[in-house]
Amino acid sequence: MRPMTSHIVSAFSEELEQLSADILRMGGVAETMIDQACQALVRGDLKLAEETSEMDDVVDSIEVDVERRITRLLALRNPMATDLRAVIAALKVASELERVGDLSKNIAKRVGPLSGADVSSAIKGIERMGTGVKQQLNSVLNSYSEADSDLSLKVWTGDEDIDQHYNSMFREVLTYMMQDPGLIGAGTHLMFIAKNLERIGDHCTNIAEIVHYQVTGTYLTSSARPKAPLLEG
Amino acid sequence: MADTGMQTAGTPLSSVTVSPVTDLSDHATKVDCQGIDVFYGDKQAIFDISMAIPERSVTSFIGPSGCGKSTFLRCINRMNDTIESARVDGKIFIDGQDVNSDRVDPVLLRSRVGMVFQKPNPFPKSIYDNIAYGPRLHGLASSRKDLDEMVETSLTRAGLWNEVKDRLAQPGTGLSGGQQQRLCIARAIAVSPEVILMDEPCSALDPIATARIEELIDELRQRFCIVIVTHSMQQAARVSQRTAFFHLGRLVEFGDTETVFTNPTNERTSDYITGRFG
Repeated sequence: MRPMTSHIVSAFSEELEQLSADILRMGGVAETMIDQACQALVRGDLKLAEETSEMDDVVDSIEVDVERRITRLLALRNPMATDLRAVIAALKVASELERVGDLSKNIAKRVGPLSGADVSSAIKGIERMGTGVKQQLNSVLNSYSEADSDLSLKVWTGDEDIDQHYNSMFREVLTYMMQDPGLIGAGTHLMFIAKNLERIGDHCTNIAEIVHYQVTGTYLTSSARPKAPLLEG
Repeated sequence: MADTGMQTAGTPLSSVTVSPVTDLSDHATKVDCQGIDVFYGDKQAIFDISMAIPERSVTSFIGPSGCGKSTFLRCINRMNDTIESARVDGKIFIDGQDVNSDRVDPVLLRSRVGMVFQKPNPFPKSIYDNIAYGPRLHGLASSRKDLDEMVETSLTRAGLWNEVKDRLAQPGTGLSGGQQQRLCIARAIAVSPEVILMDEPCSALDPIATARIEELIDELRQRFCIVIVTHSMQQAARVSQRTAFFHLGRLVEFGDTETVFTNPTNERTSDYITGRFG
């Protein structure tokens, strides 16, 4: 996308810039939450898990603020064309990031129930999956800040790896539970954690679609995206 | 959007439904402009504009002041003939007929191509006579009853009948601005035109009167080909199916209204509609 010249009404340009800065700030917090939730899990660090849960309030409050300002901007500025797409994109990305925050918080809350369970090999798998998901979020946020539709497309197709990772976690945890019914409680928490990470991956592809629309004005359709087949049973 | 739950391999995910751009493929070209140049004396105001305006639809002309959109609009019913120094080159066909041909009487042409102006300009006559004037002039009514019907139909189509039916004998100039503009639209449609040209028809009206006119334009497009010049981008986006962007006497972009306002092809169009111009 070509660099934008300023609006005749300079406050409008400032509002748009502020909006995009807030989305990136929100994304940064969400990224930290994924990272810290996984770290807390690996180290069994309940304090870090608690801190991570609390960060969700920050994400939520930025979302409310972004939404409020977008409502005002739509009413006052009547954005058109590239501006309209930027505003719609910000509104949608904010709600995707809000979900990422919720899911990360949910991971952090499962650190407590899992402490003491002997599932260290599965947790290693979760850690690797978490790194992959965090990388996806990081890339898609870069594609947003740079208005880079090629990068957003890369994230979009990259979700297949996350899905495969999820499938292998599913298989692994299922095996644990079958071998030792005493691990069913911990295993279920691990399943949810893996599913949460997989869902965060989906939110990243949603954001990739939004960025692609913002930059190019054309829609990516989900049916065209490569996907890993789902495991049976 | 990404999947929301369990999917079996190969099942297509719910794909994004993209609403199609306004399909006017079954609408024939009503007004076909080919290579139009307009000069005022030595100064060229319009440069080589070609455009096919579809029937039964609204086409809006947008662009900054002085870009030539009104000048171009006035070519369609030869209003520029009335300006001494103006010269129009190029061809304009309405249903295949060359409007600038010597055989075309401009007065008859203007009954086929009605016009509504920025400021409501009712005749200093009664409401009834404002509407009846055109049909009388062109001998369209065979009896008083016929004429009464035409007046009622035109006022009804213009959404004014209920407001004025009890005071048809009162002067048209006594109506409010919005009512006067609807009276002018009723007057334009009384002679059953094929094309209606509107030159900023709402710029002198309040928002409610504007909304009424916009609603009316939307209804009128079922039977007429409407071309509207407007300075309100939102209005162009709301009422038209096709939008043409003019700049410095040239046609910069002409296309589906939704596309022009969400994803314009040309940078100058984008700069203008997003307020980055100049």
